[in-house]
Amino acid sequence: MAGIAVLLLYHLLGAALRELLHVPLPGNVLGMLLLTLSLLLGWVKLRWLEESARFLLKHMMLFFAPTIVGVIAYFSDIGRHWMLIAVNLFVSMASVLLVTGWTVRKLSGGEEEAERV
Amino acid sequence: MSELRDLAGEPVFGVALTIGAYALALRLNRRWKWMHPLFACTGMLIVLLLVADIPYEDYSKGGEIVSFFLGPTTVALAVPLYKSLLTMRRRLKAIAVGVAAGSVAGLCVSSLVVLAFGGSKELLITLLPKSVTTPIAIELSKQLAGNAPLTGVFTVLTGLLGSMFGPALLRLFGLRSDLTIGAAVGTAAHGIGTGRLARESEAQAGISGFAMSLSGLVMSLLGIPLAIWLPIWLR
Repeated sequence: MAGIAVLLLYHLLGAALRELLHVPLPGNVLGMLLLTLSLLLGWVKLRWLEESARFLLKHMMLFFAPTIVGVIAYFSDIGRHWMLIAVNLFVSMASVLLVTGWTVRKLSGGEEEAERV
Repeated sequence: MSELRDLAGEPVFGVALTIGAYALALRLNRRWKWMHPLFACTGMLIVLLLVADIPYEDYSKGGEIVSFFLGPTTVALAVPLYKSLLTMRRRLKAIAVGVAAGSVAGLCVSSLVVLAFGGSKELLITLLPKSVTTPIAIELSKQLAGNAPLTGVFTVLTGLLGSMFGPALLRLFGLRSDLTIGAAVGTAAHGIGTGRLARESEAQAGISGFAMSLSGLVMSLLGIPLAIWLPIWLR
């Protein structure tokens, strides 16, 4: 439970930071960056939250389900341009994926090098 | 029967239904590997709500409770991120440049597809921010005067597509190291892609979470010139 408490605390800190500084990132992403920094600086110990984090991350996809179900409300909007939307979503997803992958591979000296992180 | 209908408005209904469908989807995924758990779970939920004629507003009372946990879970990505930072320090520049290149490529290709199909300006703007994490995408869509809720829908669908087909597509092109898979899936499919990787590899999930937050940052910064340039270009 201590792990969950630490995670919620950092979520709150991230939300506060967003309000204070008007940074263009959501509170949970800021919380993630703050917690990473705290781990690197040794302010938070990995063993406090490793178990809670593992459980939540294992089921991360579950937490997206209700938002995706919300697509129901937009069926008619999507239906009118469904071809354009389907092609757009797939082709741009694939281009982001491959351009990122190729660039990272090239800059880290090929796939074998990347393997060795 | 009408009392039973009212039950759908209780928060426990949405929570129980979502977790039940998810547990079932995980079982299906164990039997048939190609069956993406999130696709199966949301598919079942959508069909059930439509068939039983339950309003989305009723379902979402419980749905919101489930969605809440996305907050602490995103924060929890700090754990794999911290672990991979210890080992991938030398690769930070490669990841950062890759994320920026991928994000720009996505914006260009997305615009080209809309233009090729002769879609409207509003649709173009609504489709632009969809590769980053949902709250940032919605914010960007508002800034650019797009349809923000619809951008949210395109964003989760993009994440689902990337989560379902991303790793296989990368393998097809010979990209199979933890570094390239993590960076590419995190940039293209934000948290939903990261969620899939988190089930399979901690190293990939760490890099993916990092790429996801970096791409959110890159897109937020790109949003500023876009907000100035798009209205001129589309006039």
